Amino acid sequence: MSTIRIPPVLRENTDGSRTVNVTGATVSAALDDLFAQHPALRDRVTTDGKLSEFINVYVNDRDVRYRDGLDTTVGTDDTIILLPAMAGGSR
Amino acid sequence: MKFREVNATEAVALAADGHRVIDVREQNEWDAGHVAGATLLPLGDVAPRIAEVAPDKDAPLLLHCAVGGRSGRAAAWLSQMGYTNVVSMKAPIGDWKTAGGAWNEPQEPLLTPAQQRRYARQTLIPEIGQEGQRKLLDAKVLLIGAGALGSPSALYLSASGVGTIGLVDDDLVEESNLQRQVLHGADRLGMRKVDSGELTIRGLNPETVVVKHAERLDAGNVERLIGGYDVIVDGTDNFDTRYVLNDAAVQLRKPVVHGSIYRWDGQITTFVPFEGPCYRCMYPTQPPDELAPACSVAGVLGVLPGIIGLLQSNEVFKLILGAGDTLAGRLLMFDAMGTSFDEVRIWRDPACPACGEGSPYHEATT
Repeated sequence: MSTIRIPPVLRENTDGSRTVNVTGATVSAALDDLFAQHPALRDRVTTDGKLSEFINVYVNDRDVRYRDGLDTTVGTDDTIILLPAMAGGSR
Repeated sequence: MKFREVNATEAVALAADGHRVIDVREQNEWDAGHVAGATLLPLGDVAPRIAEVAPDKDAPLLLHCAVGGRSGRAAAWLSQMGYTNVVSMKAPIGDWKTAGGAWNEPQEPLLTPAQQRRYARQTLIPEIGQEGQRKLLDAKVLLIGAGALGSPSALYLSASGVGTIGLVDDDLVEESNLQRQVLHGADRLGMRKVDSGELTIRGLNPETVVVKHAERLDAGNVERLIGGYDVIVDGTDNFDTRYVLNDAAVQLRKPVVHGSIYRWDGQITTFVPFEGPCYRCMYPTQPPDELAPACSVAGVLGVLPGIIGLLQSNEVFKLILGAGDTLAGRLLMFDAMGTSFDEVRIWRDPACPACGEGSPYHEATT
C-alpha cells in the first residue's frame, strides 16, 4: 500500500480525507485505484484521460515530470503527493 | 607576573614575527583607528571571551590599549589563566604608528549609536553583525500585497531594520480583513491599506522608509514597480499577477519569495532567477478557477498567513545577508491541521518559457 496525499482543494471529493491508501506499482496504477475509490476525482485532475498540466505529482519529494511521468514506479512505503497551484492570497 | 612588557618598536617587530595583536580598548576607540589585522577585545570581554578568540594558550599574543595600562591588566589575567606567551605594549598607541606599525585609519561607522542600540540583539549573531545589519538597512524589499501575507513581513522586516519597504496594494481596509491582516486595525476601516501600513510601520520603526504604491500590479506597471527593489515578497491573491510578476522578475533578475495559503494549508518557496526554478517551471499552466479559489471564497485560518508570511520574511533575511540556505529549489508545505511540514524538490525546467534554454531574457541581461 502506498499513500496518496490529497491537496486541500480536492478533499471535498474524498469526504475530507487528507490521505488515501492505494495499491499499484506505478503512479498511473495508483491513480487508477484512487479514482476507483473516489470517482469524482478523475474529472478534477485529468483532462482527456491525461493528468492535467496544472497538477504536479511527486513521489516522495521528486517531481515525476523529471522521472518517468505516470510510469514512475511506486514502492509500498512511498507517498504520492498531488499538488495543484494555490492562488493565494492576501486580500 | 609572567607576561612581558615591550616598547612600540619591539611590539611592531613581534607583530611582524607572528604575534597575534589584540586590542583591549573600547569599540569607539577602535572606530577612531586601529592596528591593521588586530582583533578587538575590550577589557571587559577579555576574561569571558578569550577562550573563543584565542583557544591556544601557547599562541603568541601581543596586547595593547591606549597607553599600556589596560593591556597590562589583561596580560596579567591571561597569565593567571595559563596563557604562556603574552606580551603587553607599554607605550602610547601613537608610538606604534611612529615605529612603522601597520594602521587602519578610521572608517565611517557602519551603524549610528542609536542603530547599535536598537539592533543590538541582532548584531550579536555572528552571521549578522554590524555588517549584516548595514546590509539590512540598505536593503529595499517590495511587498506585493499589504494584506494577510504582507502583514507579518511588513511588521518584522521593518522592526528588524530592513531600510526600505515598498507596499503594493490598491485596496481599502475592510472589516473582514482584520482577522488576519495584522498590519491594520479596527480604527483603520476604509483607509487605504498602503496608508494604514505606513502608519503601523512608522510606529514600529520611524527609521523605515515606506514607499506606497496604491495600485494593482499588472503587465503595464510591473517593471516600474519591482525595478528599484532587491527582493520581492509575493503575497498576491491570483494567478494572473503571479505569472506577470514571475516573468518580470526573471527578466530583471529579482529574487521572489513566494507564499500562498488556503484554509489550513500554506506553501512557500524562493525563486532566484537562473539559479533555481521559477514559478513557470513549477506550474507551467494556470489551473481553472474552481481549483484555486481565493480566500474570500474558501476561507483562511487567521494564524496561517502569520506563519507563512514570517517564513517568507526569514527567506528575505537570508537573501539580503547572503547567509544560510534559502528555499530555492524546494517547496515547503505547511499543514496547520496536522502541524506538519513537508518538502518537495522543484527543478528548473529546460523548456520553461521564462527561464529555460529558449528564454528571451538570457541574452539581454547577461
